[in-house]
Order: sequence, then C-alpha cells, then structure tokens
Amino acid sequence: MTTTADYSEKIPNNVDLHEDRRLQRALESWQPNFLSWWESMGPTLPTEDVYLRTAVNVGREGWAQFGHVAMRDYRWGIFLAERDHDRAIAFGQHKGEPAWQKVPGEYRADLQRLIVIQGDTEPASVEQQRNLGATAPSLYDLRNLFQVNVEEGRHLWAMVYLLHAYFGREGREEAEELLHRNSGSQDSPRILGAFNEETPDWLSFYMFTYFTDRDGKYQLGTLKESAFDPLSRTCEFMLKEEAHHMFVGTTGLDRVVQRTVEVMREHDTDDVVPYGAIPLPIIQKYLNFHYSVSLDLFGGETSTNVANYYTAGLKGRWLEERRKDDHKLADDAIMVDALDEGEIGQTEVAALVGLNTDLRREYMSDCAGGVKRWNKILEEAGMATRLHLPHVAFNRKVGAFSGIEASPQGERLSEDEWNRRKQDWLPTEVDRTYVRSLMRPVHERGKIAAWIAPPRQGINGQPFDFDYVHLA
Amino acid sequence: MTDLATPEAANRSTEAAPHVEFRTDPQAYRHWRLAVDGPVATLTMDVDEHGGLVPGYELKLNSYDLGVDIELYDAAQRLRFEHPEVRTVVVTSGKDKIFCAGANIRMLAASAHGWKVNFCKFTNETRNGIEDATANSGQTWVAALNGTASGGGYELALACAHLMLVDDRSSVVSLPELPLLGVLPGTGGLTRVVDKRHVRRDLADYFATKSEGVGGRRAVRWRLVDEVVPRQAWQETVAARARELAGRSHRPDGATGVALTRLAKERTAGAITYRYIAAVLDRESRTVQITVQGPAADAPADAAAIHAAGAAFYPLQLARELDDLILDLRTNETELGTWVFRTSGDPARVLAYDELLLANRDDWLVNEIVHYLKRTLKRLDVTSRSLIALVEPGSCFAGSLLELALAADRSYMLAGVFEDDDGSLRSEQVLVPVPAAVTVGAMNLGPLPMGNGLTRLQTRFLGDEDALAAVGKLAGTALEAEDALDAGLVTFAPDDIDWDEEVRIAIEERASFSPDALTGLEANYRFAGPETLETKIFGRLTAWQNWIFYRPNASGPDGALRRFGTGRRADFDRKRV
Repeated sequence: MTTTADYSEKIPNNVDLHEDRRLQRALESWQPNFLSWWESMGPTLPTEDVYLRTAVNVGREGWAQFGHVAMRDYRWGIFLAERDHDRAIAFGQHKGEPAWQKVPGEYRADLQRLIVIQGDTEPASVEQQRNLGATAPSLYDLRNLFQVNVEEGRHLWAMVYLLHAYFGREGREEAEELLHRNSGSQDSPRILGAFNEETPDWLSFYMFTYFTDRDGKYQLGTLKESAFDPLSRTCEFMLKEEAHHMFVGTTGLDRVVQRTVEVMREHDTDDVVPYGAIPLPIIQKYLNFHYSVSLDLFGGETSTNVANYYTAGLKGRWLEERRKDDHKLADDAIMVDALDEGEIGQTEVAALVGLNTDLRREYMSDCAGGVKRWNKILEEAGMATRLHLPHVAFNRKVGAFSGIEASPQGERLSEDEWNRRKQDWLPTEVDRTYVRSLMRPVHERGKIAAWIAPPRQGINGQPFDFDYVHLA
Repeated sequence: MTDLATPEAANRSTEAAPHVEFRTDPQAYRHWRLAVDGPVATLTMDVDEHGGLVPGYELKLNSYDLGVDIELYDAAQRLRFEHPEVRTVVVTSGKDKIFCAGANIRMLAASAHGWKVNFCKFTNETRNGIEDATANSGQTWVAALNGTASGGGYELALACAHLMLVDDRSSVVSLPELPLLGVLPGTGGLTRVVDKRHVRRDLADYFATKSEGVGGRRAVRWRLVDEVVPRQAWQETVAARARELAGRSHRPDGATGVALTRLAKERTAGAITYRYIAAVLDRESRTVQITVQGPAADAPADAAAIHAAGAAFYPLQLARELDDLILDLRTNETELGTWVFRTSGDPARVLAYDELLLANRDDWLVNEIVHYLKRTLKRLDVTSRSLIALVEPGSCFAGSLLELALAADRSYMLAGVFEDDDGSLRSEQVLVPVPAAVTVGAMNLGPLPMGNGLTRLQTRFLGDEDALAAVGKLAGTALEAEDALDAGLVTFAPDDIDWDEEVRIAIEERASFSPDALTGLEANYRFAGPETLETKIFGRLTAWQNWIFYRPNASGPDGALRRFGTGRRADFDRKRV
C-alpha cells in the first residue's frame, strides 16, 4: 500500500485533485520532473527565501497570499476561474450550445496543439531570464523577477493540468516534452522563435514583460473565449497573474525613463552616459526591437488555421462577447496589412482568415498606452523628446512585411538604405554593451542602481527597503 | 453489368433507400429456381420483371438488382450446407434467347452513388463465393449460357469454372458497359477476363469496346468461353458436362445436409440482436457497438455432434449472424461509420471450438463452416466502415474471434482491470478481477486468409518475419495487455484511468473525419501484400469504377449512364484525366 501525498497541501488547487486518480498519478510522475527542471533551468541566483505571492484559491482573499518562501518550496497551484454552469459558446458554428466540459474527439488534435503552444511559452521565459538575478538593480526588482518566474511556472502547471486531465496518454507525453524542450537549445528549442533568445539585461526584461508578455495576454484572452470550458477558466485565472507581469514591465520602464529624465535635468544634458543612466535614444531602440519582435508573435496577417479555430469555437477574439456582430463572421470582411504593388498598404480579406490581424490591432492599441505614460513623464519634466511605437512594417520577420525593409515611420526602404540606417533604430552592439555595463547587482536593502528610479510603492504595502529577498 | 433491354434510363436519382432484408429461403425466391437432381443442381434465373426491390424500374430480360442477387447468394449458401450431394451447379436462364442482361440500368441510373457501390460490393462477394465453392467445396459451377450473356450476365458466368455458350449464330457474350454506358463492368469482369481466363489483353481490349459482343468459335478461340454447343445438342451436352465435373468432386456420398433455418433476429431502431451478437446503433455518435458472445457451452466431442447441432452449432450460427449483421449495417445504416467490436465469454471455449473444427477439417460440414467464417471475415475487410476493437476484461479475443481484432483498423486493450470490477461477473470461484487477454490460436495461422491470400497476422506483420514468427510461437498463450502490445497484436493499451477518455476521444475523432477519405485510407491499409484476383476486384476495379460512376461523363445529366436509352448521345467532357 503506497501512501498518497496530501496533494491539496502540496499543490493548492480548486480542481478536486484529492479525488482525481488520473491527475494524481500524472502529477506523481510529472511533479519531480518539473522540480528538477526548475532546479536546472530556473533562476540561477541562490536565495534563502523570497517575498512571494502564492495563490491558494481563486477568490479575492486567496489569490494573493504574501510571505517569505524558499522558491523550491513554492506551492505551484492549479486554479481555474469559477465555473459558470450556464456558460454557452459565444461564437463560431457551435454558438449558443453549452460550453464543452470534455474535449470533443473532433477537436482533440487542434485543442491539444493550442495548449501545447501556449504551454511552451510559459517555461521558456523562465529559461530566458534565469541569469538576470545576478544583475538585479534592487531587491525589490529581484523579487519581482522571481514572482514573474514562479508564476510562469504556475502557468506551465496550468497547461500541464489541462493536458493531463483531458488529453489522456498523448497529453501526458506532450506535458513531458514541455520540460524537455529548452529555450535556446540546439537540439530541442522552444516552439516559437522569440522564446529562444536569452534576456540579456534588465532593460530587455522590462521590455519583454511589457511587450512580449502582453502578447501572452492577448493569446490568453482569445483562449479564455474557448468553447472548451476548462481551458477558458484556466486562462481567465492566468490573465489575472499576467496583468502583474505587465505591471512589472510598465513600471520598470516608467522608472528607467524617470531616472534618465532626472539625470538630464540635473546635469542639463542629453548625454546621460557619463552619469550611468540610459539615453532616451537607446530606450527607443530597445522599444523598437521588442515591439516589432512581439508583433511577429501574432503570426501572418491571414491564417486559415485561426479561421478554423474560430469557426470550431476553440479560440475566439479579444473580448468576443463585447463585439457587436454575429460572432460567426462567415460573410464579413476585414482590411489587413499587405504589400500593394510593392508598397506598404492594405487589402481586403474574409474576416475569418484575418483574425490574426484583428488581434494584433487590439494589441497595438494597448501598447500605445505605455508609450503615452512614458511621454507624460517626459512632458512633465519639460522634455521635448517623445517615445514612439514604430510602424507595423518596421523590422518584421513574419507576415506581409517580412520581405521588405521599412523605417519606423513606415517608409519603404531599399536593402542598402536599411543596412545604412538600421543602427539608428535598433540596438547596436555598442548600445547593448553599454546597457550590459550598467548591469551591476544591487543586493542591499533600500539601495538601487543608478540607471533606474526606485518605485513609488513597494509590494503588498511594504516599503521599498523591505527585505524582499534573502540571498543564500 | 448491363441491361441492354431497358430502352430508356431514368434521369432521376432517389436518395430514399428501402430497408433491405438479406434473410430469405427458396420458398420466397421470386427470381430463381433451384432444382436438385442427384449430384447436379440447376439454378435457373428467371427474373420477375415486376419484382424489383424498389419501384421505378422493370427487371426486363433477366436483368438484376440487389433483390435478385440476395436470392442468388442464399442459393449458393444453401447448396453448400443443405446439399452435400451436389457436386455441380449449373446456372442457366429460364428466358428464351437471353441468359442475363446484367444489372438493371434504370436501377443504376436512379440509385444514389452509395447504393451503387454497396450493390456492386455485394454482387462481387457473391461471385467470389461462387468461385470459393468451386475451389474449396467440391461444388463446381457451370455457366450454361442458353442465350446472350451481356455485362453483369457475362460477369456472373465468369465466376463459374466452366462456360458453355449455345451456338445459335445469335447468342454472344459481351461487356458493353464502356461503349454503351460509359462505365466499367464492375463485378470483376475486366479482372477475370485477363487474370482468370487469360484472354490476351489486346483481344480483351477489343472485346470490351465492342458492344455487340463475341460468339461462336471466336469466343472459344479467345478463351471467352470454354465451349460452344449447337442448339440441338445443348441439353445433353450440359448434362454430360455437369456429370463429368461432378466426378471430380470430393464431396461425400450419402451425407445429410444441414438446414439453414431462418436466423433469429430482432431489429429495432436502436439495436439488432441475435443469439450471439448484439449491435447497438448509436446514431448520435454514428457508431455501432457490436458485442460478440463466445460459446455458451463447452465444445462438443466430435464431428457427429456438430452435424447433430446443425445450424445451431456455435461457429456456424456465429458466422451466419455476423454475415447478416454486416450486410444489414452496410446496406441499411450507411451513416453509422464506426463499428466498435467487443467480445464476451470464455476464450478457452473459443479455442476449443476452433480445435474441434481444425481436427475435423476432412468433414464436409466442418470444411464449409471454416470457409464460411473465412468469407464472412473477408466481408469485414472490404467493409467501408472504421473498425475498432476494444479488448476488455471478460472478453474472448482468442483464435477465430481474435480475427475480429486483427481485422480492425485499430484496437485498444485495457491494461489491468477496471477499478470498480470485483471479478464476480466472470468467475464464481475466484472473486479476483482477471485482466483482459488475447490468445493467438491455430485459426489465426492459416485457415482464415484474407482476400490477398495471406492471414491477417501475415498481413499485419508484412515484411517483419521475426515479429510474425514470434507471434506464432506465442500461440496458445493468453497475453495480457503489455505482452499483447509488445507482440504487436493490439494498438494501444491504456489502463483503467485512461480507458474511457482514450476510447471516447478516439471514436469521436474518427467519426469527425471525412467518411470518404477514411474509406480510402482503410482500404489501402487493410490490404498490404500481394495482389490477387480479389484484391484487384475490390481495389483497382472497384476504385476505378466508383470514380467513373461519380464523373459527369457517366452520371451527369448529359452522361452516358443517364442518357442511355433516351435516343440521345452522351455529351462527354473530352479531357483525359
């Protein structure tokens, strides 16, 4: 007789883990592998404990419990948003039918693929960011990094839960593969290219959490609409945590801009390099890079796969239920970005195949919000310079503009001209080396690196100089 | 298959297919007369023009539809089981100057595509069965063509071992489908002309484009028939030939036949139930859940007991039930695209029955039973439905019943037992749940070949002699899931925890795919290995025919099939594809 572990204690959950034999068995073999993945691919900086938020249930009280915990003992939970027993499918050919509580055999392959792709990105970012702890600008930032990391780990759990609970043997095999593919690995890289680049410095980290995690938000938002209710509920809860990751990016970039502006004013100069701050043009270049790379994550302007997913009810649109149309889109059209006789333009396609464009546009207008914030900081400091989002055609490797070059203003460029001018728009090796040179760890309570301003508030009402992390 | 007699083709297509019953007996025949005279049986085709299965066509000039062929199949079966004394079967016509004009064109033109395909499949199986009787039962079929045999009429003759044509300077044999109807002779005609009768291909080519056919000495010279007989000498020559062929037979003297009593069957909208087989029709999931019961009692001691049991002898009754079920589902339940097979019973008993049969193969009845089982399993192989076998505790996939799992496109075997199973259902002595097992037996190693001439195991392990030999060595050993999986006898072996979902998802997923593509996929994968007459008929000939049936040049409003008999010529799209 083997003793069964107390799962609800080890793995906080609201999925009745204690009475689900299938899940228990799956987790018995998967959890040790997950922990060894965390040990070998997770954060490299040794710590005693970290002031972390742990979700113990999905209610207002439970989703954010704070306390110092050793990261290896972090309780990665499994949470789905509360079930709405009357939920009906909101779109596609099954619109109006009750949401699915089980995977329909007809859509097994597609649903599994969507979940695997989503699941693959979650641990990837942990792997990309694993070395950042060594150069954290403050304990506060270090703690935020770890918070993001454990929650990406939890999001992996969430996807693994779905694979284990609903996709049988194949699901288990896919869950295992999620741990064996590794970011940047030559043999078995992560599925999406953008998740195979190491995050080399903290400016990139903030950019990543602002722009790339925001892509995740929009992908989760479409899966939250899914007719497959467990996926929908999982993503709904993940979105809550994802919002915090973007907060890290938004406020991180606020503070970088803030610090640069302070130095510019203090020394009445644009050249902040001698004072260890990051010049606005470099910030703009990083922004250009991360924004354009993140636009690529939405895929081509048109996609028949995504059209099929929509019609089948697997993946909806952003805020599907607030849209004022028939939610089937069979006869609608949409203008999508395209090359029009070699020029940057648009073309009309069936709305169903243009859904990637619809989602990318939602994302683009959301991204503009951050730029507005940072420009407000510049404006309030009396600066004339402004930050901008580059044109959608700029630096694209996927989609209609992947074969051409364009300036951040959207002018079509020859290859020669692009090669001549791209160092003005994208981080150069010199820029990156400079930013890296600033990355000196500040692991002392209440202290912060010279290139970034302290936050206005600490975490969970704690002061900035709180002992957020105890290093080993 | 041609009916040259119906002058006008119906330009309509009716989707509403009638419910078709395959059980019949000679008293109910409308189109055939069966007369037995010592070792010679004469089967006379005399089609009732007004006896079509559905309204809308007249079966003129001995043209046939499915109803006519169901009687032919029944007669062929009864001749084998009920008439051990019959050694030659003479097929002839009750009409003047016409043997048979083939499948009725009005019927074909008015039928939905699926109906035509299923009709051709059944007629092909019946003709293969006729050849099987000649080859394996000591019942040689003779075609006594006392008038013109055209299209399907000649194809029926081609299934016989000896073809006699009356030499009256007007009776001919012909395959006029291509020139007159723009389709192919779909019941094995093209294949048998060259593969069986070895007609030279250039002559065969000419023959199949010449609508008026070939008769007289030329027909003999080209091997289209074996002999031509003057009208005056017809009766006595046929009789003499029948006696002569009967002399070569190994059928026993003084044996008593086994009556194929009417098969007990209950059919409702949701289920088809026999003594040993129950089929639940699940229209929502478009599946049929078929459970085959093992023998209810131990195998009897010897062949005498088999004869005494007659049609109630388990293997014979099982074959009849399975045969009827397959035909019923194929014809009447075309939307139920997945058949899920389970078995229930004692595998040791199944193996004991197999052993009894194989120990008495010299007995004519046992021989018939084994060949009948073989033919019935072949029907399964050419059935255009996805076949899935579920091997669960309490099942008896052993020997002959293991063939069901081997015939399946995929099989799932439960590893271990169901957690809520206390075992009480199966063993009164031991209340311990017993995991499912499969057992290879002698029946899997030769007596039940597929249409490709190989056993299902040989086909399964084609090119892997080691695996095949390994499975052979395991004969007689009950293999639980892991061993069965290792041996390659089952596809997947989920355990109790995964079982329901794995099976549900697999079946649902299967049901969601294109039925046409699945049919093509399955037909390709089921027949690995060598080509035979049968595989060519069911593969090459049937696939081409079905393609042609669907093309506008045949079935479009201006196509040859639809224009036949209207006095207007077909308007072909001339592009070669």
